[in-house]
Amino acid sequence: MLEKKLSTGTGITFRKIEPYLYLAPATILVVLVFLYPIVDIIRTSLLQNNPDGIKTFGFTNYRLVFEDPVFWQALGNNGKLLLSVPILTVLSLLIAILLFEHVRGWLVYRGIIFMPYVLAVPVVGVTFGYLLGLNGIFNTLLRSAGLAFLAQNWLGSVKWVLPSISVVIIYREMGFGVVLFLARLMSLEKEILEAAAIDGANFWQKHFYVTLPQLSGVIEFFVVVELITMLSWVFAYVFVMTGGGPGFASTVMEFYIWKHAFAFRSPGIASALAVVLLMVTTLLIVLQLRLRRRSLEEGA
Amino acid sequence: MKTPKSLRRIRTLLASIPNQIVLILFSILSIYPVYYMAVTAFKTRPDWLHNQFGLPNPFTFQNITDALIKGEIPLWFGNSLIVTVASLVVTTVVSALAAYAIARFRFPGRAFYFNMMIALMVIPPAVLILPLFVLMVNINLINKLPSVIIIYSGLLIPFSVYLLVSFFRSLPPELFDAASIDGCNNLDMFWRISLPLSTPALVTLIVVNALFVWNELLIALVFLQDQSQKTLMPGLTLFKGHFTVNEPLIMAGTLIATIPMILLYLFGQRLFVEGLVAGAVK
Repeated sequence: MLEKKLSTGTGITFRKIEPYLYLAPATILVVLVFLYPIVDIIRTSLLQNNPDGIKTFGFTNYRLVFEDPVFWQALGNNGKLLLSVPILTVLSLLIAILLFEHVRGWLVYRGIIFMPYVLAVPVVGVTFGYLLGLNGIFNTLLRSAGLAFLAQNWLGSVKWVLPSISVVIIYREMGFGVVLFLARLMSLEKEILEAAAIDGANFWQKHFYVTLPQLSGVIEFFVVVELITMLSWVFAYVFVMTGGGPGFASTVMEFYIWKHAFAFRSPGIASALAVVLLMVTTLLIVLQLRLRRRSLEEGA
Repeated sequence: MKTPKSLRRIRTLLASIPNQIVLILFSILSIYPVYYMAVTAFKTRPDWLHNQFGLPNPFTFQNITDALIKGEIPLWFGNSLIVTVASLVVTTVVSALAAYAIARFRFPGRAFYFNMMIALMVIPPAVLILPLFVLMVNINLINKLPSVIIIYSGLLIPFSVYLLVSFFRSLPPELFDAASIDGCNNLDMFWRISLPLSTPALVTLIVVNALFVWNELLIALVFLQDQSQKTLMPGLTLFKGHFTVNEPLIMAGTLIATIPMILLYLFGQRLFVEGLVAGAVK
């Protein structure tokens, strides 16, 4: 009705603006939740308090950030977490290929191995807090294996806290990788694998030379998603399990931003830190754009 | 004839034993923390102290009832439910409309808009919280559920739009041509063609988004600091601080918080798998 009425006189204009009407509600929320805050942190990060009490624009916050050893430590900690992505990817691939080999009960295995991904990070964190504690299962197993000298407070040790957090992240994220890779494996053409088997390729040869090359797209996708996770989504693990400690040994960028914003109440520093993290993720944005658009074009 | 066949079967069975062992090992690793949480929740504290890993002896419901009655868990549970449902409604409606525009119309800025959505999926929420906090204080929404509902709805839009665009594009254009000849306008087609035919994609999207909202910690922690307004995840983290002396009680709390997602998972495993795989595997 509305369109009919409009189409007599202003039909062309309505047609021109119509798509934007559909976009309007989403745009309002995106501007509010993403774009305004991004502009605001850039502005706040450049504002500095001068001794005379007047605020001017400058790079003081950035200078303070770059002179802060904890900032470098936090950035380095995120970097160390990135190192667990290859381990995570290889483990997920291995399990997915094993499941793909028509083992009995593969659906049950898939169901169990994917389950940790459904658990909330705080829940996983609290539980592993006990499991990794002084009298937790890890240390108990070590002691019963006669390796008592290795037993320790895993989350309380400067040396072991980050590897321990990595293990917990791998525990939760592996389910996602397995499901993703398995779905791709099941869409492969079986003839090629059968041909390879007939030609006498063994298990490893078959999967290394035939399966893996065909999985390259989905592997790339998973690696990018997990790199993003290690930079942008690890706050909850750190907050629940260690509170950034001992000292700053497990402080990551997200946690340090939160700390400056809400515990130290220094919005300038928090904003400068946020801008730096944003810059680091920009590289991933480029990768993400390439990958996501490619997969969409292939599907269309 | 019979012997070689059964021999071959035995041989394949034997060959799969190493695979089975690896898979059983990983399954135990995957399930162990959940097992630990479940058995601990039904133990008394003295029992837990010298029997950390075995089955409860004696078996007690005390922790579950304590968590439900003494603590604020029912309140937080309700808040989580309100926040999850409201965020999902807003984000699904708003994203479906936007995805429809991108999939169905040609207009200036379309490619830019879609690329922006893909790029925004990468932004860490930690970067956004400080300006949003100041904003919520100024519009007097801090410590109120609508603050996190707005933020979650916004955060979920990029992924939701992305997923729905790829689905809407796969609908046959002939349907829309026919409807157009029958006098349907674009909004009619949205309601009568795109949405009904996308029910599987919508359900998948809702399930995956529900998981995100229910489990989210950082935003809930920052924006809902008032005890009565907390959701489950920040509530539980704080719960841990208060009751560090009673581990079984804490595990009872986390178990209660986990049950809805486990149920959702048991009934909709396929949906989770489809939602997470969407966009990556074609």
